[in-house]
Amino acid sequence: MNIGNLPFVVAALLVAFGIYTFLFKRNLIKLVIGVSLVETGVNLFLVTLGYRTAGIAPIYTFAPEAERMVLPTPQALTLTSIVIGLATTALLLSFAVFIHRHYGTLDVRKVKELRG
Amino acid sequence: MTALTNHAPVLLIAIPLLGAFAVPLIGKLGRQARNTFVGLIALITAAFAGLLAAHIFGQAGAPSLYVLGGHQGFGIPLPSGLSVPIRIILEVDGMGAFMALITALIMLTGAFFSFSYWKERSGGTLFYSLLMLLTAGIFGMELTGDMFNFFVFLEITSIAACGLIGFRVWLKTSQEAGFKVMALYTLSGLFVLLAVGLLYGQYGGLNIAYLASALTGSTIDIVALGLLLTGLALKAGAVPLHMWAPDAYGEAPAPMSAVLVANSQASLYGLFRILFTLFGLTISVGALGWILIVLALLTIFVGVTMALIQNDIKRLIAYSAVSQIGYMLLGVGVGLAVSAAKPDFGFVAMQGGIFHMLNDAACIGLLFFVSGVIIRATGTRDLNRMGGLAHSMKWTSVLFIIGAFALAGVPPFNGFASKFLIYEASFKLSPFLAVIAILSSILLLAVFVKVFQAAFLGAKQEGIGGEVPMGMMVPMVALALVVIVFGLFPGFFVDKIVTPAANALWYGRDAYIGLVLGGG
Repeated sequence: MNIGNLPFVVAALLVAFGIYTFLFKRNLIKLVIGVSLVETGVNLFLVTLGYRTAGIAPIYTFAPEAERMVLPTPQALTLTSIVIGLATTALLLSFAVFIHRHYGTLDVRKVKELRG
Repeated sequence: MTALTNHAPVLLIAIPLLGAFAVPLIGKLGRQARNTFVGLIALITAAFAGLLAAHIFGQAGAPSLYVLGGHQGFGIPLPSGLSVPIRIILEVDGMGAFMALITALIMLTGAFFSFSYWKERSGGTLFYSLLMLLTAGIFGMELTGDMFNFFVFLEITSIAACGLIGFRVWLKTSQEAGFKVMALYTLSGLFVLLAVGLLYGQYGGLNIAYLASALTGSTIDIVALGLLLTGLALKAGAVPLHMWAPDAYGEAPAPMSAVLVANSQASLYGLFRILFTLFGLTISVGALGWILIVLALLTIFVGVTMALIQNDIKRLIAYSAVSQIGYMLLGVGVGLAVSAAKPDFGFVAMQGGIFHMLNDAACIGLLFFVSGVIIRATGTRDLNRMGGLAHSMKWTSVLFIIGAFALAGVPPFNGFASKFLIYEASFKLSPFLAVIAILSSILLLAVFVKVFQAAFLGAKQEGIGGEVPMGMMVPMVALALVVIVFGLFPGFFVDKIVTPAANALWYGRDAYIGLVLGGG
């Protein structure tokens, strides 16, 4: 297997672990960790898409010719996605804090007033 | 006037966004100033949506392009001689303009309803801020021509929507709903982002028109489509991914439940855009159409049966809102299943599904508003503990009947007009589909008879005030008028706005691509 494909494998593993955590863990904080893992996997995937061996970052005054330019779009996407991820994680954690205040637990089996 | 029309797409996003961040500042000046400001922003936004729709439907739904940052020719020239195309594209066609109209209607009535509804409660200023942010996000999803921007706007709506669901931190259940909805929304957003990454990795572009022209239907494309389908069906609340929807609609404040339904519809719009415009006939759409039909039937059936057993009025209406998403999916699914052959009834099904989006937004909005009035008057959400409201609230009970009959598809209200198109067309594909759809509508009527009996009939109860204040009555009457007018003159509206919208999806792929890439 080509060593260059390794980041894609890691990204896929991260997404898989994240989804596993999200589906099978019972603690709200662990659910947030699961969501975060999926997010990291997707971000790693995006960054890897834009990687060029021996590429140069396309900064305005120092832009190389097209073949050696690192693709800037995936990096912009990843940055945006990281910022969005920060907001969602913060919101999720603050919900978890308030749930703990109201229910006195973080166990999803005990937090179930909304059923049916 | 033309300048305003030309800039309407970006202003539709920019004005609510500006409003969202200015509201907390204006709020320092007092309640009156804040309400005036929010009302003004809502009115201006709705006016632009109307202007945009008038422009697009004036040219029979042909797409229109708005380019941000494109005035320097193709791109930004670098000293090394390379020119990098940096621009953001908004592309509006009949379908996008149609969705913008729905959003504007619900946002406007929701904002004005809230002015009276929230009078004596706290958290008002941030509440309006979130509403504006949500509106900006929904408009963005509907008007953008770029997959990544679609994802960003999707996340903006997710965060704002969950803020609206959970901002009442003193309520136990709203926190639970907020966590659940946010976790699932985030997951759905990440599915979409992964799909965007897969498409970018193959074709090196993010523009919907460019991707649509380059798409080959490879295995990776199919994987991306599966991810998009899952993510957007989740965000639209289609069964079996609906478990968040009753919590979200049920726990959000009543006027905002209506806006959340508009948000779900925007995800549905994204799904349709991806199926028809992005993928089109590059993949075998017949099988996909049947997947949508199965999802639709499940959604209709589960939504209605779950609504039947609820005792909480908000949750009951929330489940009926879930079931209505199924009708839209059914209409468009039937259209998609036969879109390779393009028979006439497929187009009728599309018209029905798309028309139902507008009709559903109006009548479910009306029902949520009425539920808010009921909860405010009785102080409870339990149907067994209320009753006799018709004695003191004659007009509200009439409005409830209008909304309920419209949602259940009773003529002459608007729900009948669109559901009839769906029944007719799905019957031609398979009578079984129409039977399930009609049966569920009848069950839905039974559900609302139960609510009406529980809440409005019976002996007069002590301590119930009189009719609702004018500020809440006017938005409800406005929605009821939409329900009645669209029900009485469906032919006119189908011709003027629904057909261009359905055309844009059904035939408009080449025009959509051609406008961006030239040629076409």
